Amino acid sequence: MPDLGTYAVEVLSAYAVSIALLAAIVGLSWRRYVRVRAALERVEKND
Amino acid sequence: MIALLLRDLRLAVRAGGGFGLGLAFFLIVVVLVPFGVGPETELLSRIAPGILWVASLLAALLSLDRIFALDYEDGSLALLATSPLPLEGVALMKALAHWITTGLPLTIAAPALGFLLSLAPEAYVFLLLSLLIGTPALSMIGTFGAALTVGLRRGGLLLSLLVLPLYVPTLIFGAEAVRRGADALDPTGALLLLGGITAGTFALLPFATAAVLRINLR
Amino acid sequence: MSLWEYANPKRFMGWTRPVLPWTFALAGLCLAVGLIWGFFFTPDDFRQGSTVKIIYLHVPAALMAINAWIMMLVASLIWVVRRHHVSALAARAAAPVGVVMTLIALFTGGIWGQPMWGTYWAWDPRLTSFLILFLFYLGYIALWEAIEDPDTAADLTSVLCMVGSIFAILSRYAVLFWNQGLHQGASLSLDAEENVADVFWFPLLVCIAGFVLLFIALVLMRTRTEIRVRRMRALEARMRRA
Repeated sequence: MPDLGTYAVEVLSAYAVSIALLAAIVGLSWRRYVRVRAALERVEKND
Repeated sequence: MIALLLRDLRLAVRAGGGFGLGLAFFLIVVVLVPFGVGPETELLSRIAPGILWVASLLAALLSLDRIFALDYEDGSLALLATSPLPLEGVALMKALAHWITTGLPLTIAAPALGFLLSLAPEAYVFLLLSLLIGTPALSMIGTFGAALTVGLRRGGLLLSLLVLPLYVPTLIFGAEAVRRGADALDPTGALLLLGGITAGTFALLPFATAAVLRINLR
Repeated sequence: MSLWEYANPKRFMGWTRPVLPWTFALAGLCLAVGLIWGFFFTPDDFRQGSTVKIIYLHVPAALMAINAWIMMLVASLIWVVRRHHVSALAARAAAPVGVVMTLIALFTGGIWGQPMWGTYWAWDPRLTSFLILFLFYLGYIALWEAIEDPDTAADLTSVLCMVGSIFAILSRYAVLFWNQGLHQGASLSLDAEENVADVFWFPLLVCIAGFVLLFIALVLMRTRTEIRVRRMRALEARMRRA
């Protein structure tokens, strides 16, 4: 762990929030991707 | 085209809402601000240009959704689209009618409200001038927004979300002109740019509005 | 075979299936390398101390926030001119990613601003432009959500994107004018590329590559989702008629 000096809180929170936001958009996109794929398969099978 | 303009104006007057509501809203917003920020004359006169501009912007926003809604519902918009009149001309006339029913009264009433906010005496000319130049742009941009949301049943809120960011340049230049006038600086630059925006919106947005109306009437 | 063939929905689904995991893997790799390099193995700036490490998130996010809008504009133009459905859906898919990038840029900027300028937020031209860009994204997404008919929605949002772009650029310059009018020579804005030394520059480049790849991967994935939704709707409509 590098020494962040007096600005440790700022730097760490910037990283935490940014990574959380990126993870959120990736996670949400992925969840919708999987759900829609499953739903489409169901619809196609009924066809 | 003139006939269409006159018809819209007559409808607005008869419906009663046109002139009165927007103006009353403008008055109320301006009256509410001192309650919010306190009655110090100095502070009020400093923020007066911004308040007057923001209030007129909101008042103009208020009546936007009625520009096309009624004509869309009773089918006269579809009639207008098939008439020999180009839809671009219709869009232009609608914007003009909106301006005459809201922008023009606001411009005339604004100096009176400037008194309430103890606007600097030198700024009145520029307040009048900047509103006169700037409010047509508000009407034209608003007409475009109204055309975008005309097919939606609950488009009012969406309309504000779409239109308000588009108002940013107009607001900046308009309020800046008044502020410079109040500070005895040269406001011609801001006024010229404001005029440029108005001219630009009137040159381009009728086409975008007409295109959007055609999509919505499809 | 022309380039446009790749925009056929079926073909698009075909070629993105193998490409997608690779793009994600590469994006993850670049981000991991760039961020770890930047966070652990770069020195502190003599003036800014350790806050300089925020640059590895802030600059790429800001870059992508603008590039996402440009990509949406290009996709909208392609939809209007050539009416490729995938293009319209890609524009729709990119908007939420752009919002996230704008948010990251604004947030990291605020955190960075507090120790450097003594304030989280200043009405600096650059900051204000990003806030306005954020509002444009919100309006664009809201319009997509509000309209039911997919083709009408694609048409209207395309027009909005084009008109919005003009006004966004206009706002950018209006804001410059406005702030100079208030207090001249506001030197708050920190121009990143000007004074960045090589030590910071190389990990930053890797991070930028990571953000670009992540954006591409996300847009591809979300576009695939949108295509499937569209296909599902079509199938359901056909079943109801049958």
